[in-house]
Amino acid sequence: MSKQLSEQLDAIDEFEREPVPKSHVKNFKSFVGLVAGEHIAGTEFVIGPLFVLHGVTAADLFIGLLLGNLLATASWTFVCAPIAVKTRLTIYFQLEKICGYRLVSLYNAVNGLQSCVLAASMVAVSATAIGLAFNLPMPGLTDLYPTSFAWVASVLLIGAVITLVAVYGYDRVAAFSALCAPWMPLVFVAAAAAVLPQLGLTAWGDFWTVANQKIWTGVAAPGQTPYTFWHVMFFAWLCNTAMHIGLSDMSIYRYAKRPTYGLASAVGMFIGHGMAWVASGVLCALALQGGNANPSPGQIAFNSAGVAGAVCVVIAGWTTANPTIYRAGLALKGLAPGAKRWKITLFVGALASVLACFPGVVSRLDQVLAFYALVAAPVGAVIVMDLFVLPRLGLVSNYAEKTGTRFNWAVALTWLLSMLFSYALYVYTQSDFFFFMAIPGWFIGATLYVVLSKTFQKVPTAKPTFSHEARA
Amino acid sequence: MKPVLKLLSYLGLALTVVPSFLVFYGKIPFEQHKAWMLVGTVLWFIAAPLAHRKPSTPA
Repeated sequence: MSKQLSEQLDAIDEFEREPVPKSHVKNFKSFVGLVAGEHIAGTEFVIGPLFVLHGVTAADLFIGLLLGNLLATASWTFVCAPIAVKTRLTIYFQLEKICGYRLVSLYNAVNGLQSCVLAASMVAVSATAIGLAFNLPMPGLTDLYPTSFAWVASVLLIGAVITLVAVYGYDRVAAFSALCAPWMPLVFVAAAAAVLPQLGLTAWGDFWTVANQKIWTGVAAPGQTPYTFWHVMFFAWLCNTAMHIGLSDMSIYRYAKRPTYGLASAVGMFIGHGMAWVASGVLCALALQGGNANPSPGQIAFNSAGVAGAVCVVIAGWTTANPTIYRAGLALKGLAPGAKRWKITLFVGALASVLACFPGVVSRLDQVLAFYALVAAPVGAVIVMDLFVLPRLGLVSNYAEKTGTRFNWAVALTWLLSMLFSYALYVYTQSDFFFFMAIPGWFIGATLYVVLSKTFQKVPTAKPTFSHEARA
Repeated sequence: MKPVLKLLSYLGLALTVVPSFLVFYGKIPFEQHKAWMLVGTVLWFIAAPLAHRKPSTPA
Protein backbone atom coordinates (compact mmCIF):
# COMPACT_ATOMS: atom_id res chain seq x y z
CA MET A 1 0.00 0.00 0.00
CA SER A 2 1.20 3.52 -0.50
CA LYS A 3 0.18 7.11 -0.59
CA GLN A 4 -0.50 6.69 -4.27
CA LEU A 5 -3.28 4.24 -3.42
CA SER A 6 -4.90 6.81 -1.18
CA GLU A 7 -4.77 9.22 -4.08
CA GLN A 8 -6.06 6.53 -6.43
CA LEU A 9 -8.96 5.73 -4.13
CA ASP A 10 -9.82 9.39 -3.82
CA ALA A 11 -9.70 9.60 -7.58
CA ILE A 12 -11.79 6.43 -7.87
CA ASP A 13 -14.48 8.30 -5.98
CA GLU A 14 -13.97 11.16 -8.38
CA PHE A 15 -14.42 9.11 -11.56
CA GLU A 16 -16.77 6.39 -10.34
CA ARG A 17 -19.18 6.77 -13.23
CA GLU A 18 -17.10 8.25 -16.05
CA PRO A 19 -13.89 7.39 -17.88
CA VAL A 20 -10.67 8.70 -16.35
CA PRO A 21 -9.66 11.74 -18.40
CA LYS A 22 -6.26 11.65 -20.10
CA SER A 23 -5.10 14.51 -17.90
CA HIS A 24 -5.34 12.22 -14.84
CA VAL A 25 -3.35 9.21 -16.06
CA LYS A 26 -0.37 8.23 -13.90
CA ASN A 27 3.22 7.38 -14.75
CA PHE A 28 4.84 3.95 -14.54
CA LYS A 29 6.64 4.76 -11.29
CA SER A 30 3.29 5.33 -9.51
CA PHE A 31 2.17 1.85 -10.47
CA VAL A 32 5.37 0.22 -9.29
CA GLY A 33 5.06 1.93 -5.89
CA LEU A 34 1.42 0.96 -5.63
CA VAL A 35 1.58 -2.74 -6.46
CA ALA A 36 4.90 -3.38 -4.71
CA GLY A 37 3.34 -2.36 -1.41
CA GLU A 38 -0.01 -4.03 -1.95
CA HIS A 39 1.42 -7.52 -2.41
CA ILE A 40 3.58 -7.55 0.72
CA ALA A 41 0.89 -8.35 3.26
CA GLY A 42 0.67 -10.02 6.64
CA THR A 43 -0.76 -13.05 4.89
CA GLU A 44 2.65 -13.70 3.24
CA PHE A 45 3.68 -14.96 6.71
CA VAL A 46 1.00 -17.65 6.29
CA ILE A 47 1.30 -18.67 2.64
CA GLY A 48 5.04 -19.42 2.68
CA PRO A 49 4.61 -21.79 5.66
CA LEU A 50 1.59 -23.45 3.99
CA PHE A 51 3.86 -24.70 1.20
CA VAL A 52 6.25 -26.13 3.80
CA LEU A 53 3.43 -27.80 5.74
CA HIS A 54 1.98 -29.26 2.53
CA GLY A 55 5.31 -30.88 1.70
CA VAL A 56 6.35 -29.06 -1.47
CA THR A 57 9.85 -29.88 -2.77
CA ALA A 58 12.40 -27.10 -3.30
CA ALA A 59 12.41 -27.52 -7.09
CA ASP A 60 8.61 -27.48 -7.23
CA LEU A 61 8.54 -24.34 -5.11
CA PHE A 62 11.10 -22.29 -7.03
CA ILE A 63 9.99 -23.30 -10.54
CA GLY A 64 6.32 -23.07 -9.55
CA LEU A 65 6.78 -19.57 -8.11
CA LEU A 66 8.79 -18.43 -11.14
CA LEU A 67 6.22 -19.61 -13.68
CA GLY A 68 3.17 -18.74 -11.57
CA ASN A 69 4.36 -15.20 -10.93
CA LEU A 70 5.23 -14.76 -14.62
CA LEU A 71 1.72 -15.92 -15.57
CA ALA A 72 0.17 -13.57 -13.00
CA THR A 73 2.18 -10.66 -14.40
CA ALA A 74 1.11 -11.67 -17.92
CA SER A 75 -2.53 -11.77 -16.78
CA TRP A 76 -2.31 -8.18 -15.55
CA THR A 77 -0.38 -7.05 -18.63
CA PHE A 78 -2.37 -8.80 -21.37
CA VAL A 79 -5.87 -9.07 -19.87
CA CYS A 80 -6.54 -6.55 -17.11
CA ALA A 81 -4.49 -3.50 -18.13
CA PRO A 82 -5.52 -3.45 -21.84
CA ILE A 83 -9.23 -3.56 -20.92
CA ALA A 84 -8.77 -0.96 -18.19
CA VAL A 85 -6.93 1.38 -20.58
CA LYS A 86 -9.50 0.77 -23.34
CA THR A 87 -12.53 1.57 -21.14
CA ARG A 88 -10.90 3.71 -18.40
CA LEU A 89 -13.79 2.64 -16.14
CA THR A 90 -14.03 0.79 -12.83
CA ILE A 91 -15.13 -2.84 -13.05
CA TYR A 92 -18.31 -1.87 -11.18
CA PHE A 93 -19.43 0.67 -13.77
CA GLN A 94 -18.32 -1.44 -16.75
CA LEU A 95 -20.21 -4.40 -15.32
CA GLU A 96 -23.26 -2.26 -14.67
CA LYS A 97 -23.29 -1.28 -18.35
CA ILE A 98 -23.30 -4.98 -19.25
CA CYS A 99 -25.50 -6.58 -16.61
CA GLY A 100 -27.63 -3.82 -15.12
CA TYR A 101 -27.82 -2.12 -11.75
CA ARG A 102 -29.53 -4.90 -9.80
CA LEU A 103 -27.13 -7.62 -10.83
CA VAL A 104 -24.06 -5.44 -10.29
CA SER A 105 -25.35 -4.74 -6.77
CA LEU A 106 -25.35 -8.48 -6.13
CA TYR A 107 -21.80 -8.73 -7.47
CA ASN A 108 -20.77 -5.84 -5.19
CA ALA A 109 -22.27 -7.59 -2.17
CA VAL A 110 -20.46 -10.87 -2.90
CA ASN A 111 -17.23 -9.01 -3.59
CA GLY A 112 -17.61 -7.00 -0.39
CA LEU A 113 -18.18 -10.11 1.72
CA GLN A 114 -15.15 -11.81 0.20
CA SER A 115 -13.03 -8.76 0.97
CA CYS A 116 -14.34 -9.02 4.53
CA VAL A 117 -12.98 -12.56 4.83
CA LEU A 118 -9.61 -11.46 3.45
CA ALA A 119 -9.48 -8.56 5.91
CA ALA A 120 -10.35 -11.04 8.67
CA SER A 121 -7.33 -13.17 7.80
CA MET A 122 -5.10 -10.10 8.01
CA VAL A 123 -6.58 -9.07 11.38
CA ALA A 124 -5.99 -12.61 12.66
CA VAL A 125 -2.36 -12.61 11.50
CA SER A 126 -1.74 -9.31 13.30
CA ALA A 127 -3.40 -10.64 16.45
CA THR A 128 -0.97 -13.56 16.67
CA ALA A 129 1.86 -11.09 17.24
CA ILE A 130 -0.11 -9.09 19.82
CA GLY A 131 -0.85 -12.27 21.76
CA LEU A 132 2.81 -13.17 21.70
CA ALA A 133 3.74 -9.86 23.33
CA PHE A 134 1.49 -10.70 26.30
CA ASN A 135 2.44 -14.38 26.34
CA LEU A 136 -1.11 -15.49 25.52
CA PRO A 137 -1.87 -18.85 23.87
CA MET A 138 -2.33 -18.26 20.14
CA PRO A 139 -3.77 -20.64 17.51
CA GLY A 140 -1.31 -22.18 15.08
CA LEU A 141 -1.33 -22.60 11.31
CA THR A 142 -3.56 -25.67 11.36
CA ASP A 143 -6.26 -24.59 13.86
CA LEU A 144 -9.80 -23.89 12.61
CA TYR A 145 -11.79 -22.69 15.64
CA PRO A 146 -11.07 -20.19 18.45
CA THR A 147 -8.59 -21.78 20.84
CA SER A 148 -8.98 -19.54 23.89
CA PHE A 149 -10.75 -16.52 25.30
CA ALA A 150 -7.45 -14.64 25.19
CA TRP A 151 -7.27 -15.22 21.43
CA VAL A 152 -10.79 -13.89 20.86
CA ALA A 153 -10.05 -10.85 23.06
CA SER A 154 -6.79 -10.15 21.13
CA VAL A 155 -8.56 -10.37 17.77
CA LEU A 156 -11.47 -8.17 18.81
CA LEU A 157 -9.09 -5.61 20.27
CA ILE A 158 -6.92 -5.36 17.18
CA GLY A 159 -9.99 -5.58 14.92
CA ALA A 160 -11.54 -2.63 16.78
CA VAL A 161 -8.38 -0.55 16.43
CA ILE A 162 -8.04 -1.35 12.71
CA THR A 163 -11.71 -0.59 12.10
CA LEU A 164 -11.64 2.71 13.95
CA VAL A 165 -8.56 3.78 12.02
CA ALA A 166 -10.24 2.74 8.76
CA VAL A 167 -13.24 4.85 9.72
CA TYR A 168 -11.37 7.94 10.89
CA GLY A 169 -7.88 7.98 9.53
CA TYR A 170 -7.49 6.19 6.25
CA ASP A 171 -5.11 8.78 4.79
CA ARG A 172 -2.72 8.49 7.71
CA VAL A 173 -2.66 4.71 7.41
CA ALA A 174 -1.94 5.01 3.69
CA ALA A 175 0.96 7.35 4.43
CA PHE A 176 2.20 4.97 7.14
CA SER A 177 1.95 2.05 4.68
CA ALA A 178 4.15 3.96 2.23
CA LEU A 179 6.67 4.43 5.03
CA CYS A 180 6.70 0.68 5.77
CA ALA A 181 7.03 -0.43 2.13
CA PRO A 182 10.87 -0.45 1.89
CA TRP A 183 11.33 -1.80 5.43
CA MET A 184 8.97 -4.80 5.40
CA PRO A 185 10.62 -6.89 2.65
CA LEU A 186 13.99 -6.32 4.32
CA VAL A 187 12.64 -7.80 7.57
CA PHE A 188 11.55 -10.93 5.65
CA VAL A 189 14.97 -11.29 3.98
CA ALA A 190 16.92 -10.56 7.16
CA ALA A 191 14.90 -12.97 9.29
CA ALA A 192 15.42 -15.79 6.79
CA ALA A 193 19.14 -15.11 6.31
CA ALA A 194 19.77 -15.09 10.06
CA VAL A 195 18.14 -18.47 10.73
CA LEU A 196 19.73 -20.35 7.83
CA PRO A 197 22.77 -21.43 9.90
CA GLN A 198 20.36 -23.03 12.43
CA LEU A 199 19.01 -25.12 9.56
CA GLY A 200 22.55 -26.23 8.76
CA LEU A 201 23.36 -23.79 5.96
CA THR A 202 26.68 -21.98 6.38
CA ALA A 203 27.75 -21.60 2.74
CA TRP A 204 25.51 -20.48 -0.12
CA GLY A 205 26.80 -23.37 -2.23
CA ASP A 206 24.95 -25.79 0.04
CA PHE A 207 21.65 -23.96 -0.23
CA TRP A 208 19.98 -26.44 -2.56
CA THR A 209 20.92 -29.42 -0.42
CA VAL A 210 19.69 -27.83 2.81
CA ALA A 211 16.55 -26.53 1.08
CA ASN A 212 15.62 -30.06 0.03
CA GLN A 213 16.61 -31.78 3.26
CA LYS A 214 15.43 -29.27 5.87
CA ILE A 215 12.93 -26.80 4.39
CA TRP A 216 10.93 -27.96 1.37
CA THR A 217 11.37 -31.64 2.01
CA GLY A 218 8.53 -33.04 -0.09
CA VAL A 219 6.96 -34.57 3.03
CA ALA A 220 3.62 -33.11 4.11
CA ALA A 221 2.89 -32.48 7.80
CA PRO A 222 0.39 -34.91 9.37
CA GLY A 223 -3.16 -34.11 8.26
CA GLN A 224 -2.06 -31.94 5.30
CA THR A 225 -2.58 -32.95 1.65
CA PRO A 226 0.67 -33.07 -0.35
CA TYR A 227 1.21 -30.17 -2.76
CA THR A 228 3.15 -30.43 -6.03
CA PHE A 229 4.65 -28.06 -8.61
CA TRP A 230 1.16 -27.60 -10.08
CA HIS A 231 -0.30 -26.48 -6.75
CA VAL A 232 2.47 -23.90 -6.32
CA MET A 233 2.27 -22.61 -9.88
CA PHE A 234 -1.52 -22.32 -9.94
CA PHE A 235 -1.58 -20.74 -6.50
CA ALA A 236 1.05 -18.13 -7.45
CA TRP A 237 -0.76 -17.42 -10.72
CA LEU A 238 -4.33 -17.39 -9.46
CA CYS A 239 -4.31 -16.26 -5.83
CA ASN A 240 -5.11 -12.78 -7.22
CA THR A 241 -7.59 -14.04 -9.82
CA ALA A 242 -10.19 -11.48 -8.75
CA MET A 243 -7.68 -8.71 -9.44
CA HIS A 244 -6.21 -9.77 -12.82
CA ILE A 245 -8.40 -12.09 -14.92
CA GLY A 246 -11.38 -11.22 -12.70
CA LEU A 247 -10.60 -7.58 -13.66
CA SER A 248 -11.21 -5.85 -10.32
CA ASP A 249 -7.86 -4.07 -10.80
CA MET A 250 -9.46 -2.19 -13.71
CA SER A 251 -10.14 0.34 -10.95
CA ILE A 252 -6.40 0.92 -10.66
CA TYR A 253 -5.08 0.29 -14.18
CA ARG A 254 -7.63 2.64 -15.79
CA TYR A 255 -5.15 5.31 -14.68
CA ALA A 256 -2.32 3.68 -16.70
CA LYS A 257 -0.98 5.56 -19.69
CA ARG A 258 -0.41 2.32 -21.59
CA PRO A 259 -1.44 -1.35 -21.15
CA THR A 260 2.23 -2.27 -20.72
CA TYR A 261 2.04 -0.71 -17.25
CA GLY A 262 0.62 -4.09 -16.22
CA LEU A 263 4.28 -5.13 -16.07
CA ALA A 264 4.55 -3.12 -12.83
CA SER A 265 2.78 -6.02 -11.14
CA ALA A 266 5.97 -8.09 -11.57
CA VAL A 267 7.59 -6.11 -8.74
CA GLY A 268 4.79 -6.99 -6.33
CA MET A 269 4.75 -10.59 -7.49
CA PHE A 270 8.43 -11.36 -7.26
CA ILE A 271 8.99 -9.50 -3.97
CA GLY A 272 5.72 -10.25 -2.16
CA HIS A 273 4.77 -13.57 -3.70
CA GLY A 274 8.29 -14.79 -4.37
CA MET A 275 10.90 -13.60 -1.95
CA ALA A 276 8.48 -13.18 1.01
CA TRP A 277 6.95 -16.65 0.56
CA VAL A 278 10.40 -18.25 0.34
CA ALA A 279 11.59 -16.33 3.41
CA SER A 280 8.52 -17.17 5.52
CA GLY A 281 8.86 -20.82 4.45
CA VAL A 282 12.42 -20.84 5.79
CA LEU A 283 11.17 -19.42 9.12
CA CYS A 284 8.44 -22.04 9.34
CA ALA A 285 10.95 -24.84 8.71
CA LEU A 286 12.98 -23.60 11.68
CA ALA A 287 9.89 -23.69 13.91
CA LEU A 288 9.14 -27.26 12.76
CA GLN A 289 12.74 -28.26 13.41
CA GLY A 290 12.38 -26.83 16.94
CA GLY A 291 9.47 -29.18 17.60
CA ASN A 292 6.66 -26.66 17.08
CA ALA A 293 4.44 -28.46 14.57
CA ASN A 294 1.79 -25.74 14.59
CA PRO A 295 3.47 -22.31 14.79
CA SER A 296 1.60 -19.01 14.54
CA PRO A 297 2.80 -16.22 12.20
CA GLY A 298 3.66 -14.11 15.25
CA GLN A 299 5.83 -16.86 16.74
CA ILE A 300 7.56 -17.47 13.41
CA ALA A 301 8.50 -13.81 13.06
CA PHE A 302 9.39 -13.21 16.72
CA ASN A 303 11.65 -16.25 16.98
CA SER A 304 13.68 -15.21 13.96
CA ALA A 305 13.63 -11.41 14.06
CA GLY A 306 12.71 -10.54 17.65
CA VAL A 307 10.54 -7.55 18.48
CA ALA A 308 11.05 -6.05 15.01
CA GLY A 309 9.69 -9.26 13.47
CA ALA A 310 6.58 -9.20 15.66
CA VAL A 311 6.09 -5.51 14.80
CA CYS A 312 6.40 -6.42 11.12
CA VAL A 313 3.60 -9.01 11.46
CA VAL A 314 1.31 -6.46 13.12
CA ILE A 315 2.07 -3.74 10.58
CA ALA A 316 1.88 -6.05 7.54
CA GLY A 317 -1.53 -7.28 8.65
CA TRP A 318 -2.77 -3.88 9.67
CA THR A 319 -1.70 -1.88 6.62
CA THR A 320 -3.31 -4.35 4.22
CA ALA A 321 -6.44 -4.97 6.32
CA ASN A 322 -7.27 -1.28 6.27
CA PRO A 323 -7.57 -0.76 2.50
CA THR A 324 -9.30 -4.14 2.25
CA ILE A 325 -11.93 -3.02 4.76
CA TYR A 326 -12.18 0.28 2.89
CA ARG A 327 -12.72 -1.51 -0.44
CA ALA A 328 -15.25 -3.89 1.09
CA GLY A 329 -17.11 -0.86 2.40
CA LEU A 330 -17.12 0.74 -1.05
CA ALA A 331 -18.39 -2.49 -2.62
CA LEU A 332 -21.16 -2.96 -0.05
CA LYS A 333 -22.18 0.69 -0.33
CA GLY A 334 -23.82 -0.27 -3.63
CA LEU A 335 -26.45 -2.14 -1.61
CA ALA A 336 -27.31 0.90 0.46
CA PRO A 337 -26.40 3.97 -1.59
CA GLY A 338 -27.95 6.31 0.98
CA ALA A 339 -25.91 5.00 3.94
CA LYS A 340 -22.89 6.90 5.23
CA ARG A 341 -19.58 5.36 4.21
CA TRP A 342 -18.27 5.38 7.79
CA LYS A 343 -21.24 3.34 9.00
CA ILE A 344 -20.67 0.73 6.32
CA THR A 345 -16.93 0.66 7.10
CA LEU A 346 -17.77 0.16 10.78
CA PHE A 347 -20.09 -2.73 9.89
CA VAL A 348 -17.48 -4.31 7.59
CA GLY A 349 -14.75 -3.94 10.23
CA ALA A 350 -16.97 -5.50 12.91
CA LEU A 351 -17.85 -8.41 10.63
CA ALA A 352 -14.19 -8.94 9.70
CA SER A 353 -13.22 -8.88 13.39
CA VAL A 354 -15.79 -11.54 14.28
CA LEU A 355 -14.68 -13.72 11.34
CA ALA A 356 -11.06 -13.27 12.40
CA CYS A 357 -11.81 -15.04 15.70
CA PHE A 358 -11.91 -18.26 13.64
CA PRO A 359 -8.32 -19.21 12.82
CA GLY A 360 -9.70 -21.22 9.91
CA VAL A 361 -9.74 -18.01 7.82
CA VAL A 362 -5.95 -18.13 8.12
CA SER A 363 -5.22 -21.86 8.20
CA ARG A 364 -7.48 -22.38 5.19
CA LEU A 365 -6.43 -19.18 3.46
CA ASP A 366 -5.48 -21.05 0.29
CA GLN A 367 -9.01 -22.44 0.03
CA VAL A 368 -10.60 -19.08 0.84
CA LEU A 369 -8.60 -17.48 -1.96
CA ALA A 370 -9.46 -20.34 -4.30
CA PHE A 371 -13.18 -19.86 -3.69
CA TYR A 372 -12.69 -16.15 -4.35
CA ALA A 373 -11.01 -17.10 -7.66
CA LEU A 374 -13.91 -19.34 -8.72
CA VAL A 375 -16.41 -16.55 -8.08
CA ALA A 376 -14.38 -13.82 -9.80
CA ALA A 377 -13.10 -15.64 -12.91
CA PRO A 378 -16.43 -15.82 -14.82
CA VAL A 379 -17.08 -12.12 -14.21
CA GLY A 380 -13.79 -11.21 -15.89
CA ALA A 381 -14.64 -13.55 -18.77
CA VAL A 382 -17.99 -11.83 -19.27
CA ILE A 383 -16.34 -8.40 -19.63
CA VAL A 384 -13.65 -9.67 -22.03
CA MET A 385 -16.23 -11.40 -24.24
CA ASP A 386 -18.56 -8.43 -24.12
CA LEU A 387 -15.87 -6.02 -25.27
CA PHE A 388 -14.05 -8.10 -27.87
CA VAL A 389 -16.19 -11.01 -29.06
CA LEU A 390 -19.86 -10.00 -28.99
CA PRO A 391 -19.50 -7.14 -31.52
CA ARG A 392 -17.78 -9.54 -33.97
CA LEU A 393 -20.74 -11.90 -33.72
CA GLY A 394 -23.24 -9.16 -34.39
CA LEU A 395 -24.34 -9.11 -30.74
CA VAL A 396 -24.74 -6.05 -28.55
CA SER A 397 -22.03 -4.98 -26.11
CA ASN A 398 -23.06 -3.14 -22.94
CA TYR A 399 -26.51 -4.68 -23.32
CA ALA A 400 -27.98 -3.26 -20.11
CA GLU A 401 -26.91 0.26 -20.99
CA LYS A 402 -28.40 0.02 -24.46
CA THR A 403 -31.69 -1.62 -23.46
CA GLY A 404 -32.21 -0.14 -20.01
CA THR A 405 -32.48 -3.56 -18.38
CA ARG A 406 -31.55 -3.73 -14.70
CA PHE A 407 -30.86 -7.48 -14.59
CA ASN A 408 -29.16 -9.16 -17.54
CA TRP A 409 -30.09 -12.84 -17.30
CA ALA A 410 -27.33 -13.87 -19.70
CA VAL A 411 -24.74 -12.60 -17.21
CA ALA A 412 -26.55 -13.94 -14.13
CA LEU A 413 -26.86 -17.44 -15.58
CA THR A 414 -23.28 -17.34 -16.87
CA TRP A 415 -22.03 -16.48 -13.40
CA LEU A 416 -24.10 -19.11 -11.61
CA LEU A 417 -23.63 -21.93 -14.13
CA SER A 418 -19.87 -21.31 -14.43
CA MET A 419 -19.46 -21.72 -10.69
CA LEU A 420 -21.63 -24.84 -10.68
CA PHE A 421 -19.82 -26.39 -13.66
CA SER A 422 -16.45 -25.55 -12.13
CA TYR A 423 -17.46 -27.18 -8.87
CA ALA A 424 -18.83 -30.22 -10.72
CA LEU A 425 -15.55 -30.48 -12.62
CA TYR A 426 -13.70 -30.23 -9.31
CA VAL A 427 -15.71 -33.12 -7.90
CA TYR A 428 -15.63 -35.19 -11.11
CA THR A 429 -11.85 -34.93 -11.51
CA GLN A 430 -11.39 -35.58 -7.76
CA SER A 431 -9.11 -32.58 -7.69
CA ASP A 432 -7.66 -31.56 -4.31
CA PHE A 433 -7.25 -27.86 -5.18
CA PHE A 434 -9.96 -25.38 -6.14
CA PHE A 435 -7.41 -23.21 -7.94
CA PHE A 436 -7.12 -25.81 -10.71
CA MET A 437 -10.71 -24.91 -11.67
CA ALA A 438 -10.28 -21.14 -11.99
CA ILE A 439 -8.97 -21.22 -15.58
CA PRO A 440 -11.57 -23.79 -16.78
CA GLY A 441 -14.13 -21.62 -14.93
CA TRP A 442 -12.98 -18.57 -16.91
CA PHE A 443 -13.35 -20.39 -20.25
CA ILE A 444 -16.67 -21.95 -19.24
CA GLY A 445 -17.87 -18.44 -18.33
CA ALA A 446 -16.64 -17.02 -21.66
CA THR A 447 -18.39 -19.73 -23.68
CA LEU A 448 -21.61 -19.60 -21.69
CA TYR A 449 -21.83 -15.83 -21.94
CA VAL A 450 -21.58 -15.86 -25.73
CA VAL A 451 -24.15 -18.67 -26.04
CA LEU A 452 -26.55 -17.14 -23.51
CA SER A 453 -26.21 -13.66 -25.03
CA LYS A 454 -27.15 -15.15 -28.40
CA THR A 455 -30.18 -16.72 -26.69
CA PHE A 456 -31.33 -13.82 -24.52
CA GLN A 457 -30.44 -10.70 -26.49
CA LYS A 458 -33.29 -8.92 -28.21
CA VAL A 459 -32.87 -6.11 -30.71
CA PRO A 460 -32.05 -3.09 -28.56
CA THR A 461 -34.49 -0.26 -28.39
CA ALA A 462 -33.47 2.96 -29.99
CA LYS A 463 -33.79 4.84 -26.76
CA PRO A 464 -30.80 4.30 -24.50
CA THR A 465 -31.91 4.51 -20.89
CA PHE A 466 -29.41 3.86 -18.21
CA SER A 467 -27.26 4.94 -15.44
CA HIS A 468 -28.60 7.68 -13.20
CA GLU A 469 -32.22 7.33 -14.35
CA ALA A 470 -32.07 3.57 -13.91
CA ARG A 471 -31.11 3.98 -10.27
CA ALA A 472 -34.11 6.12 -9.46
CA MET B 1 19.33 18.73 7.98
CA LYS B 2 17.43 16.70 5.41
CA PRO B 3 20.51 14.97 3.92
CA VAL B 4 21.52 13.88 7.44
CA LEU B 5 18.05 12.51 8.13
CA LYS B 6 18.07 10.73 4.78
CA LEU B 7 21.39 9.16 5.64
CA LEU B 8 20.04 8.09 9.04
CA SER B 9 16.97 6.53 7.42
CA TYR B 10 19.15 4.49 5.05
CA LEU B 11 21.34 3.54 8.00
CA GLY B 12 18.16 2.26 9.68
CA LEU B 13 17.40 0.03 6.69
CA ALA B 14 21.01 -1.17 6.64
CA LEU B 15 20.86 -2.05 10.35
CA THR B 16 17.65 -3.97 9.69
CA VAL B 17 19.18 -6.27 7.11
CA VAL B 18 23.01 -6.32 7.32
CA PRO B 19 23.39 -7.90 10.80
CA SER B 20 21.42 -10.94 9.68
CA PHE B 21 24.05 -11.64 7.02
CA LEU B 22 26.75 -11.16 9.65
CA VAL B 23 24.97 -13.93 11.61
CA PHE B 24 24.99 -16.07 8.49
CA TYR B 25 28.75 -15.56 8.07
CA GLY B 26 29.32 -16.26 11.78
CA LYS B 27 30.53 -12.74 12.63
CA ILE B 28 27.94 -11.91 15.32
CA PRO B 29 25.68 -14.07 17.53
CA PHE B 30 22.05 -14.66 16.52
CA GLU B 31 20.50 -12.69 19.39
CA GLN B 32 22.58 -9.62 18.50
CA HIS B 33 20.98 -9.37 15.07
CA LYS B 34 17.55 -9.08 16.69
CA ALA B 35 18.76 -6.12 18.76
CA TRP B 36 20.34 -4.41 15.74
CA MET B 37 17.20 -5.01 13.71
CA LEU B 38 15.14 -3.29 16.39
CA VAL B 39 17.56 -0.35 16.45
CA GLY B 40 17.37 -0.16 12.65
CA THR B 41 13.59 -0.30 12.74
CA VAL B 42 13.33 2.50 15.29
CA LEU B 43 15.84 4.60 13.35
CA TRP B 44 13.93 4.11 10.08
CA PHE B 45 10.58 4.99 11.58
CA ILE B 46 11.95 8.14 13.23
CA ALA B 47 14.17 9.44 10.41
CA ALA B 48 12.26 8.38 7.28
CA PRO B 49 9.05 10.39 7.85
CA LEU B 50 11.12 13.55 8.30
CA ALA B 51 13.65 12.79 5.58
CA HIS B 52 11.27 11.76 2.84
CA ARG B 53 8.50 14.22 3.59
CA LYS B 54 7.58 16.31 0.57
CA PRO B 55 7.27 20.06 1.19
CA SER B 56 3.60 21.00 1.45
CA THR B 57 2.34 23.22 -1.34
CA PRO B 58 -0.03 26.11 -0.67
CA ALA B 59 -3.64 25.30 -1.44
